[in-house]
Amino acid sequence: MKRRLLGIFPALLPLIVLCGATESAVRMGLVKSYLLPAPSAIAQALLVNRVELLGALWKTSEAALAGFALSTVAGIAIAVFLSSSKAVQRAFYPYAVFFQTVPVIAIAPLLVIWFGYGLRTVIASAFVVSIFPVIANTLTGILSTDPALRDLFQLYGASPARTLFQLRFPAALPQILTGLRIAGGLAVIGAIVGEFIGGQGLGSVVDVARTQQRVDKVFAAVLLASVLGLALFGLVSAVSWMTLRRWHASESRD
Amino acid sequence: MSESPVPTARGVAVSLEKVRKVYEPNRIVVEGMDLQVNAGEFLAILGPSGCGKSTLLRIIARLLEPDSGTLSITPDNPFQTAYVFQDAHLLPWRSVLDNAALPLELMGIDRTAREAKARAALALVGLMDTESLYPAQLSGGMKMRVSLARALATEPRLLLLDEPFAALDEVNRFHLDVALRQLWQWHGMTVIFVTHSISEAAFLANRAVVLTRRKCQIKLDRQLDLPLERYASFRTDPALAAEISHLLEAMEEE
Repeated sequence: MKRRLLGIFPALLPLIVLCGATESAVRMGLVKSYLLPAPSAIAQALLVNRVELLGALWKTSEAALAGFALSTVAGIAIAVFLSSSKAVQRAFYPYAVFFQTVPVIAIAPLLVIWFGYGLRTVIASAFVVSIFPVIANTLTGILSTDPALRDLFQLYGASPARTLFQLRFPAALPQILTGLRIAGGLAVIGAIVGEFIGGQGLGSVVDVARTQQRVDKVFAAVLLASVLGLALFGLVSAVSWMTLRRWHASESRD
Repeated sequence: MSESPVPTARGVAVSLEKVRKVYEPNRIVVEGMDLQVNAGEFLAILGPSGCGKSTLLRIIARLLEPDSGTLSITPDNPFQTAYVFQDAHLLPWRSVLDNAALPLELMGIDRTAREAKARAALALVGLMDTESLYPAQLSGGMKMRVSLARALATEPRLLLLDEPFAALDEVNRFHLDVALRQLWQWHGMTVIFVTHSISEAAFLANRAVVLTRRKCQIKLDRQLDLPLERYASFRTDPALAAEISHLLEAMEEE
């Protein structure tokens, strides 16, 4: 436990210094508090608005998790489909890349038209933003399977489905989990963007607080959104540790 | 003291007739290959790097279709061929036991039977107490032993080895050479061993074929005039040195 705390300390140190410096700068009048609130003001905004903020956090979490889950399932399924042949990849992969380049903020109004105001639009926004890294990483992982092992499976008459589930998927797992780590953070961003336009949650709290010049509340909401992103990252990291620690260098202790 | 192939009911006969393999564009790898391997024979295929030895072995394993010519294996039954690659190529997420049992699992053998066979194969290569370890916990030599056990677990009638010990240090290599030779003597399967090491070929095989650098033509086909029993001390035997010089002469002209 002591070792773990010592491990966290280097990461906490810059945060403590930054908070201290900001607090001092605001109190001394070097920085206007309506531009950059003092950390103590953000903490107070969190405390005073806790019911509203926690309710918003719950709604954003719901949408981000649902979008993330959809991205995971659909992204892996699409990558499996794309890996079926070079011709399929050439035909469809450019569209997956194109999908990635569409700015979600520009299509968010369209999502409201298609899915209506509310949770479904926010989930769709989180999904659109987070699916590409899942597709790209899963596809790379599946296509990088050791050719000798593919030969081995062929030698013993394994079906394509068996080769996929017993060889290609486990071999691709490190890359899939890397994709999911990126997708987790993006799903939160997608959900916030979706809430700006058509939903309730931390995104709408930020939007309303902005119009009221409540920068402390904006910061409090942003802080909670970051915590949510970190939690999703932590969740995927925990799954990664549980599944890879015995055999993959990325999770080994040494 | 000439040695004839070990009489056995287990080995299969392999016949290649006018086999041709061309890789694009117009790169002839194997041209007009005629090769007969007797049942129970231990054949070493020698040749410079890139001469098509591995292609030939993949054709015999039916992992690669020849462009023309025929391959016949007598008797020809499913799952009678095992292949050992240049590196161990184990599934890193599976334990030693599960790796050794993999071919049997792919063949549809039930868990109890396949684990018993895998344990027996691991015992044959001297790995009794490692079944619960993972490949990342093994040395290079141990990994190669698991790879050999995986091939032996199916009780193959045709064992194909593609420079299996090339990546190992000399001590490990010598140990595994002796182990492989003993396994062949006990089981009497047909062994085709591809290597570019002349001394290894002479120590292991009862017949050696030297291939040309281009188009994989047979330059020398020689029955090795050596005793059946070959232990570590045999490496300094003058008879072995004489055979090595014959093979070296053929290789040097390449």
